[in-house]
Amino acid sequence: MINSFDNSSAVKAQTQDPSKRDFLKLSTSVSVTSGMGFSLGFFLPDAKAAAAASSAPQKVNAWIEIQPDETIIIRYARAEMGQGSSTSAPMLIADELEADWKKVVVQYATAEDNLAQKRVYGDMASVGSRTIQDSHEYLRKAGATAREMLIVAGANAMNVPSSECVAKLGVITHTLSKKSMTYGQLALAASQLNAPGNVALKDPKDWKIIGKPIKRREIPDIVRAKIRYGIDTQLPGMVYAAVAACPVFNGKVKTLDSSKIDNRRGIKKVLNMGDFVAVVADNWWRAKEALKDVSIEWDVPEKNAKLSSTSLMEYFKEGLTQAEVAVARKDGDTMAALSASGAKVIEGEYFTPYLAHATMEPMGYTGWLQGDKLEIWTSTQSAEATLAVSARAADVKQENVKVHPVQLGGGLGRRGGSQDFSIQGAKIARAMSPLPVKMLWTREEDTQHDFYRPASLIKFRGTVSNDGRIDALHIRVSAPSILSSLLKLPLQGGIDPQAVASLRDHPYANPNSLVEYAQHDSNVPVGFWRSVGHSQNPFMRESFIDELAHAAGKDPLEFRLANLSEKRPKDKAILLAVTKAANYGAPLPKGVFRGIAETEGYGSYTACVCEVSVNAQQQIKIHRIVVGIDPGYAVNPDNIQAQLQGSMVHGLSAIFWGDITLKDGRVEQSNFHDYRMMRLNEMPKVETVIAPTGGFWGGVGEPSQAPLGPALANAIFNATGKRVRSFPLKNHGFTLVKA
Amino acid sequence: MKLSINEHVYELDVEPEMPLLWALRDELDIKGPKFGCGVAQCGACTVLLNGEPVRSCSYPVSAAVGQQVVTLEGLEKKGHLHPVQQAWIDHEVPQCGYCQGGQMLAAVALLKKKPKPTDDDIDAAMTNICRCGTYARIRAAIHAVANKGVSA
Repeated sequence: MINSFDNSSAVKAQTQDPSKRDFLKLSTSVSVTSGMGFSLGFFLPDAKAAAAASSAPQKVNAWIEIQPDETIIIRYARAEMGQGSSTSAPMLIADELEADWKKVVVQYATAEDNLAQKRVYGDMASVGSRTIQDSHEYLRKAGATAREMLIVAGANAMNVPSSECVAKLGVITHTLSKKSMTYGQLALAASQLNAPGNVALKDPKDWKIIGKPIKRREIPDIVRAKIRYGIDTQLPGMVYAAVAACPVFNGKVKTLDSSKIDNRRGIKKVLNMGDFVAVVADNWWRAKEALKDVSIEWDVPEKNAKLSSTSLMEYFKEGLTQAEVAVARKDGDTMAALSASGAKVIEGEYFTPYLAHATMEPMGYTGWLQGDKLEIWTSTQSAEATLAVSARAADVKQENVKVHPVQLGGGLGRRGGSQDFSIQGAKIARAMSPLPVKMLWTREEDTQHDFYRPASLIKFRGTVSNDGRIDALHIRVSAPSILSSLLKLPLQGGIDPQAVASLRDHPYANPNSLVEYAQHDSNVPVGFWRSVGHSQNPFMRESFIDELAHAAGKDPLEFRLANLSEKRPKDKAILLAVTKAANYGAPLPKGVFRGIAETEGYGSYTACVCEVSVNAQQQIKIHRIVVGIDPGYAVNPDNIQAQLQGSMVHGLSAIFWGDITLKDGRVEQSNFHDYRMMRLNEMPKVETVIAPTGGFWGGVGEPSQAPLGPALANAIFNATGKRVRSFPLKNHGFTLVKA
Repeated sequence: MKLSINEHVYELDVEPEMPLLWALRDELDIKGPKFGCGVAQCGACTVLLNGEPVRSCSYPVSAAVGQQVVTLEGLEKKGHLHPVQQAWIDHEVPQCGYCQGGQMLAAVALLKKKPKPTDDDIDAAMTNICRCGTYARIRAAIHAVANKGVSA
């Protein structure tokens, strides 16, 4: 059975003519689906600029298709991994379109359509909590432009002035005569009109869909086992591949002996792919079991084989003292302020470890190479990246590659920039052509061959003046660069933005700030991870701010309010909203203590209050977490709440137990027994505060994890007097018990 | 061997030690049970065997012979959602959804045994891992089924 996912391959929108002018214009040829529906195709004709800046979001193209039965197909061009964007992004279009949400059907746009149409759908990656941040404007414009055209078409058909017509719930009504026509009746005529060059977007007070708790579109299918993930792909004659890469990073196959499995049932082939081995069988379990009986000797780079967590820590420590560093922020004269006579300098050295992603669905890839055409089914956060690396690995032309959209069994940053699984899968597909092959990793392979959230060692030094104002902050970051190691991008001014996230843009008003970055790449592969730099640096910054507050004898909230810059009112506002919701300052039961933190990231502002008690056995009870976000506009509030709740679980797993360690060049953890995840019985009570202040469009998938770590660490300090300067908490002897 | 799955009988010729999960997924194209860890840690592969939740990644297919196997596909009867499925929709429980088949089957088994489970009962019975962190909504949805008093 072939996957039955929606995709928009039937849609053939216009490609651009580079000579056209630089404004929105309607595609003159109307695309047709099954001879029935009509698509309103729009494009930005500035194809030259688009082709040059291929990573820049392109504005608009065929997002909307209206069928005669009033069904409105809205295209979604990114991935769905539980973040809810495949509902919230179409909500933006539908609201401006004045569509009846009940009639909206969401279909995926595909990478091959985007490639064929010079990226009319813009960036298709679901990374960095960017869908709403980056595409809100062009998506709303797509909806508004279509709305205006439908109004004109309706006015023409009813022979009335368009200024007397309004669009509402999929109907154009002439307000004086009450005559009306439906979108389904008007779609063809509308699509033949010239698109208005500049449409007005609705005033937020007029939104009817944005800001309402809209049900996520795919949940009924999930619940009824009707949705297929990458791993669920089933094709005629399909074979299955289990793979093993060298346990030491970058090792190559030296010798391979598969004689033991020669006559094993179902085994089709053993592939020596140079840097990994694959066993292909007629059932994945047979392939995986057989792989255990293949003897592989690896040629291991000597340097990598010596890598250990101890050697890595020594390496990072060098970064704290080395002379040459990149400067990420420099206000005033921090060194002079810190060495001024009488200055009482507070110091803190903080560390966060490497972390694996552990998406519930392990890495996998189904590839089917027939002749020079490759079809792919894989859970990817970037179908375009998958397409590009697969074409290269399978040695086919990009235009001959099709990436079928599937639901992701979690992404968490693993499936975007790091496309190692696609390279492997495409190579296997090439080796097994013309058979379709489904490659799947074991959990052990997934844990030990990740692109890990980088470890980071950061030293803080600071001084506070007698009036309780921070005077100077010196922050030195020693950590790998994801941009440089994973994406091979040059660092501007030697700075990796993730490595200094929330540090170089800290919101405090101290006159002296020096933020430095000592890039320390290693052979441990690193990559993006849910919240990435914001899952670690805010812990350090907001813990150190607490250290300064305590040194100054100030309440941590008062201290922050006094020190937050006047230029950062949103930071202050979310801190006030969340501490108010948590009833900060009110007495707590005996033995219960609070900690707070305020952070910002992904275009949103977040704060958290944790209430904990800790007993003499270092057992931590989390009595309550209050976490809040100001995302500017809250597009789908119920989904935002879900993201906040889930972020607490994701964060707490890392904070209590998350630790990828290395010994003899190998990752020591392998599965959930030694890389532990929070379970239901351990989840504390979480209260969420959604406090949108309007005027901007922030992300929601990642930012709320940022203030959790420091709020918890600050609460632990208040409860125990012990300042936690590294995660995970298990390494300090803390355990989590039910409150 | 013969297997009874979702009230259908399937004939299978596989190794007796093949885990039930891979017989379901790769031999019978029943994809509701998911692979997560392979060592009975995460519960994404949960199925019901005679009503009891079992981690099918670590359960030999031969041991399922003679038992009634129920997967997520088997919860819906003649177009009618199981109350647990309906509650999962009402409470918008799933995020990525990958673990939710296992979660729902574990909830079905719990509610069969304890139609009005306490929070402690839920803590004890719901041990499957969800990386999206949907636990609060899973708990709320189970309570909602119990409070409606519909037989689960």
